[in-house]
Amino acid sequence: MSAPVKDVTIPEDAPSDLLLNKHADFIALYGAKKDDYEYCMTEYLRLSGMYWGLTTMDLLGQLERMDRQQVVEFVAACQHDCGGFGASVGHDPHLLYALSAVQILTLYDALDAVNVDKLVEFVSNLQQPDGSFYGDKWGEVDTRFSFCAVACLKLLGKLSAIDVEKATNFVLSCMNFDGGFGCRPGSESHSGQIYCCVGFLAVTGQLHHVNADLLGWWLCERQLPSGGLNGRPEKLPDVCYSWWVLASLKMIGRLHWIDKDKLRTFILACQDEETGGFADRPGDMVDPFHTLFGIAGLSLLGATEVKTVNPVLCMPEDTLRRINLHIELLSS
Amino acid sequence: MADDVYSSDENEENYVFYRDREEWKDVTPVPQEEGPHPVVQIAYSDRFKDVFDYFRAVLKADERSERAFSLTKDAIGLNAANYTVWHYRRLLLQDLKKDLWEEMKFVKDVIEDQPKNYQVWHHRRVLVEWLKDASKEMQFTEEILNMDAKNYHCWQHRQWCIREFKLWDGELDFVNNLLCEDLRNNSAWNQRFYVINNSTGITPELLDMEVSYTIQMIKRAPNNESAWNYLKGILMAAGAEISSYPKLMDTCQELRASGVHTPYLLAFLLDCHEEMLETGSGVKEDNLDKAVQLCNQLAQEEDTIRKEYWNYCRRSLQLKYGTAEETL
Ligand SMILES: [Zn+2]
Repeated sequence: MSAPVKDVTIPEDAPSDLLLNKHADFIALYGAKKDDYEYCMTEYLRLSGMYWGLTTMDLLGQLERMDRQQVVEFVAACQHDCGGFGASVGHDPHLLYALSAVQILTLYDALDAVNVDKLVEFVSNLQQPDGSFYGDKWGEVDTRFSFCAVACLKLLGKLSAIDVEKATNFVLSCMNFDGGFGCRPGSESHSGQIYCCVGFLAVTGQLHHVNADLLGWWLCERQLPSGGLNGRPEKLPDVCYSWWVLASLKMIGRLHWIDKDKLRTFILACQDEETGGFADRPGDMVDPFHTLFGIAGLSLLGATEVKTVNPVLCMPEDTLRRINLHIELLSS
Repeated sequence: MADDVYSSDENEENYVFYRDREEWKDVTPVPQEEGPHPVVQIAYSDRFKDVFDYFRAVLKADERSERAFSLTKDAIGLNAANYTVWHYRRLLLQDLKKDLWEEMKFVKDVIEDQPKNYQVWHHRRVLVEWLKDASKEMQFTEEILNMDAKNYHCWQHRQWCIREFKLWDGELDFVNNLLCEDLRNNSAWNQRFYVINNSTGITPELLDMEVSYTIQMIKRAPNNESAWNYLKGILMAAGAEISSYPKLMDTCQELRASGVHTPYLLAFLLDCHEEMLETGSGVKEDNLDKAVQLCNQLAQEEDTIRKEYWNYCRRSLQLKYGTAEETL
């Protein structure tokens, strides 16, 4: 009577231990040794790629293997006169890369390398009368950008530079009948957008607006028999979606509602034993993006070999402690 | 169709590098800034490097010319996710007063080839805004949804067009067709809610129709999360009580008695009993008893992967409505 669930099968011989050093090597060599075509192809998201790699290294306790000075100089070179950051030198500024830049500079305690006041101005100028945020001057609106804006300002200690109340109203207008959130009012609930909206509410101290039981149920429904989590109903499980869902559950104090052991097994099975790194699903190609979210997911699940990750900003907790940044989450 | 964008790929042997083109002799290419990992120059595609070196050069010089415009097409063909190329192309479209309908054809080809790319869809939306004309968009998005009925970007674009240009007519029929093809299509269920909520609003008559429609769909495929979410969602949005909604709970009980087997059905019944406890209808002990039984069945048999959730539901209800001993 019912169709088979869309899911994956974890191979018998899939890795089941965390290959910590392999992942550190994978990230350290990415770009230097990876075939350069791929490296060039990803120039348009370079700053985010650097954030994924550096955060992974920090969570693995091996950040010192990366060249701090080179990174900081590169990030600084991506800043425009308007205060915004492009993904790479000469690329147009976009809010997504402003957040990556601030995250990287916070990891390295190097915010003084850029013009913070101008950056704050850039972010606040992107807020619209309805409270939403453009990603850049071309006017795309998305709750992802609301998150980027407040996350960025929170790290800079400048949340008051925007109209938080209006911004909140916009995010809440994207809440759906199933308790989830979409990209814009009326858009389908989607784990990635839920992460951004719940993260927005966490950063601005307003998680009480969430219907935690209804949303928590929708989120834990994302877990499939393989243990992995998907982003929407009837979609395949994926390491990155596992992170968005898991982190959202953590923020609303409902992380224990999923089967943690099964999820851990799924994430570990997405490692590549030869090259290091994580893929979206067992057996697929690895990349830095899924590697960060694999490691971060395992951290949230309580892995002791890696540093504790903050579920809202996806950065090491010790970094946030250093800058005295604390984000209140809902208790379970 | 999409071949057009990549036509030069197919004529690889005829491709002339920008560095070898007479009309580009005056431009000095700008190589990629290297970032923290030095790039060994030899390995990646010569073609990619050639195009982007010249793209960086025109960008740096802010050159607004026909040749720059056609260069952006080559750059997009190599990497359509590069948003700076699209930005620059839009500046050129405006400066050179290009035919925007021609551009619509171009972006259609790119979308057909890469339907999950943010930049391309945004470009399409900007064009529709500039043209103030969404008359081609319903059919276009339908074609894309025929390839992937859950394409998030496509749904966003379609919703935007419907709202901005008031294209509500016929949208519910469109959704009906999609749900006929695949009654688990969560995007279509979402669109159903979107249309009803934003056009007519959820009137009592409409709510009746929606409840019986959804129940029909549930009977055809009981283990369908999207349909159950829609049922609960539309009742909640209308402010209706689910436990007292005419015939609804009875229908669910019948489904259960007839052997329909799915956690969603049990979860829905649990919601009903919880609501009755809240509103004080029926015998409190009976409702609590039934609710606890449902929680246990879900936690121990039907949905063990989420047992913590169901145990939480049981504990909360016992804490709220039970006597002290039961809470243990
Ligand atoms: Zn993924």
